[in-house]
Amino acid sequence: MSALGWGQLQYALSATLLLIGLYGMLVRTNLARKLMAMNVMQVAVIVFFVSLAVRTGGIAPIELERHDPAVADTEVAYANPLPHALMLTAIVVSVSTTGVALALLVRIHRRYGTLDESELLERLRE
Amino acid sequence: MKGPFGSPVLDTASRLLVPFMWLFAAYVLIHGHESPGGGFQAGVILAASVILLRLVRGARPGVVVSSHGALVMACVGPLIYGAIGLAALFFGGNFLDYGTLPLGLEAAETRAMGTLGIELGVTIGVAGVLVLIYDTLADWERREGADR
Amino acid sequence: MTAHLPILIVVVPLIAALLAPLVCRVSVRVTRLLTVLAPAVSLAASVAALRAALRDGPWHYQLGGWAPPWGIEYVVDPLGGSMATLVSLLATLVAVYAGDYLRRSSPLRAAVFDSLFLLLTAGLLGITLTGDLFNLYVFLEISSLAAYALLAAGGEQAVVAAFRYLLVGTIAATFYLLGLGYLYALTGTLNMGDLAQRLTEVPAGSAMNVGIVLIVVGLAIKMAVFPLHGWMPDAYTYAPPPVTMFIAAVMSKVSAYALVRVLFFVVPPTDAVHTILDVLGWVAAAGVLAGSVLALAQTDLRRMLAYSSVGQIGYVVLGLSIGNAAALTGALLHVAGHAVSKACLFGVVGGMPRTTVQAEMAGFAGAARRAPLAMAAFTVAALSLIGLPPTAGFFSKWYLLQGALEAGRWSLAVVLLLSSLLSAVYFFRVIERIYFAGDAAPTGEPIVSGPDRSLRLLAPILTLGAAVLLIGLLNGRLVAGVIRLALPE
Repeated sequence: MSALGWGQLQYALSATLLLIGLYGMLVRTNLARKLMAMNVMQVAVIVFFVSLAVRTGGIAPIELERHDPAVADTEVAYANPLPHALMLTAIVVSVSTTGVALALLVRIHRRYGTLDESELLERLRE
Repeated sequence: MKGPFGSPVLDTASRLLVPFMWLFAAYVLIHGHESPGGGFQAGVILAASVILLRLVRGARPGVVVSSHGALVMACVGPLIYGAIGLAALFFGGNFLDYGTLPLGLEAAETRAMGTLGIELGVTIGVAGVLVLIYDTLADWERREGADR
Repeated sequence: MTAHLPILIVVVPLIAALLAPLVCRVSVRVTRLLTVLAPAVSLAASVAALRAALRDGPWHYQLGGWAPPWGIEYVVDPLGGSMATLVSLLATLVAVYAGDYLRRSSPLRAAVFDSLFLLLTAGLLGITLTGDLFNLYVFLEISSLAAYALLAAGGEQAVVAAFRYLLVGTIAATFYLLGLGYLYALTGTLNMGDLAQRLTEVPAGSAMNVGIVLIVVGLAIKMAVFPLHGWMPDAYTYAPPPVTMFIAAVMSKVSAYALVRVLFFVVPPTDAVHTILDVLGWVAAAGVLAGSVLALAQTDLRRMLAYSSVGQIGYVVLGLSIGNAAALTGALLHVAGHAVSKACLFGVVGGMPRTTVQAEMAGFAGAARRAPLAMAAFTVAALSLIGLPPTAGFFSKWYLLQGALEAGRWSLAVVLLLSSLLSAVYFFRVIERIYFAGDAAPTGEPIVSGPDRSLRLLAPILTLGAAVLLIGLLNGRLVAGVIRLALPE
């Protein structure tokens, strides 16, 4: 098992973003801040998946043959395109969730005038 | 955001930008087969152009597409996707097996055209949804009054 | 067309969801008809697919003609097929029930509500049938997003509850996705069957364990396993009645199904997995007791039912943790029984006039006079949750008890009995008030009021009450014919 070195910096980034996102969602009381932290957390997972796709000496997964006839019949190493496609879906999910959350936030703000969670929970119980 | 900006600079600049954005969206959609791109990205660019106009021209309904039009787009897009997928059922393949569509091309090309059709549906759907999100957030008061 | 049943089960509600907002401009009645017909078609298709699976073995359907592991496949086996049948049955009944709730909304609002409901149904059906873990994530998010929006339709308090549910649900889905990333990094595949094979070849190490734990925690949050249940009581209390009816009945069960899939069909039975199951067992036992105790303390009937759900899902996880055939049978039977009972209970409570529900327990005094049929169904469903024969709940708890005793887990058996006693306390309190207390303080309602006044409300409730009894009476045939075949080896 290789130690965590400079070659694994992207995983450290992903872990840091995940923890920042979790911290924001759990500790902050402003609902809009929680939403932003949620986005940060989702980006962390996206970075994780995309880093899985990297291959040593691999180029971006665009077929080189179509654009540069000179490389036909030579072996080209491509990065793995599947995690990229999966993360496209994950980004769309993230955008949709943010859309729904923003609509809910606007509604909460217009009704209660505040976005602070502790205040809202008090007024909810009334 | 409710009224137009009233600035000739913004108005002219947006008028210049929007056709190029549409062209770029079409390029991204069609080229998604070989290079980064595809349905989602093209849809987002289209939506961005509409939202740009809404920001500059104000929340007057019907700038390029009305809220109702956006809802229709959001529904019709995925329906195109589903229709192509279901059409494959009628030609003997499984769902989404566009290799069986009778387009008269060779196998790989048929699949490519099927994918293009699906991505077109996705583009329309995504553009509609994003414009709808913007409209919902920006025109909340007016919509709430009309819908109750 | 019958060769394509697995995909039709999911696609028909999906397409109906897209058609609903377009059709509402033409005719509202057609939209409502569409909303009831789509899950009904899925129900018929699920039953047919389940019968085929029981007869011929698991049905593998490849999307796009691509064979796994390159392509996504849908698998109908006895477990998935029966879950799909359960979900589509409840969706059809709730679609009928919701007609009454929506009759006063504007056409567009009603159509959007219907569309979201159909999306939720399609998402849940997709989870039950898919054979690909990432596809499961996508459907999980589709159903969750539809659920957040539907929950928010219940008024101003519901919007806050829906937002908190959104935050927690997204954390859960993100954990699931991250865990999935670990498993993908180890094996390079996302297909459940392929993953099951390749994970046995991977040397057991921390990567696989972390991945499995992340997936389990993510699904546990979605199931509202104690102590990750905080989002549930508020969400169930303030949501619109048909929404609570559907979500309380089905969402946590489908997440439980996903957990069963991952823990018993995909992941190899290593020591780490046994540890995870043990921990889940203790947590579930705590949840069963905590749910019952917290339910006792509630005066609002809906909140009481929500805490009761926390306890009931604990039974299912207990069964999974014990792991022998009897306990798993009990867990699966409990999934079906609880789904039907909870839907019935929330349906009755939701069908009562607003003033009654807001008057909490006091408002239900003498309700048997005002809504005799509905209250009869309520009583049957409550007896099932307590675990009295001949309802479904008795038999599922019987199997769970049998499994616990066979495995020598005496403490869990004690927990089961204790919680049944506690459920008896808080349910009999309500039943006594319904039948034997005098009429509530005059709220201006006519004497015949509540669910009995509308066939659209009453028919689903009575069907569910009958289903509770049927599952109980026919449990022998169900277990032998379906559940025994659905169990993992």
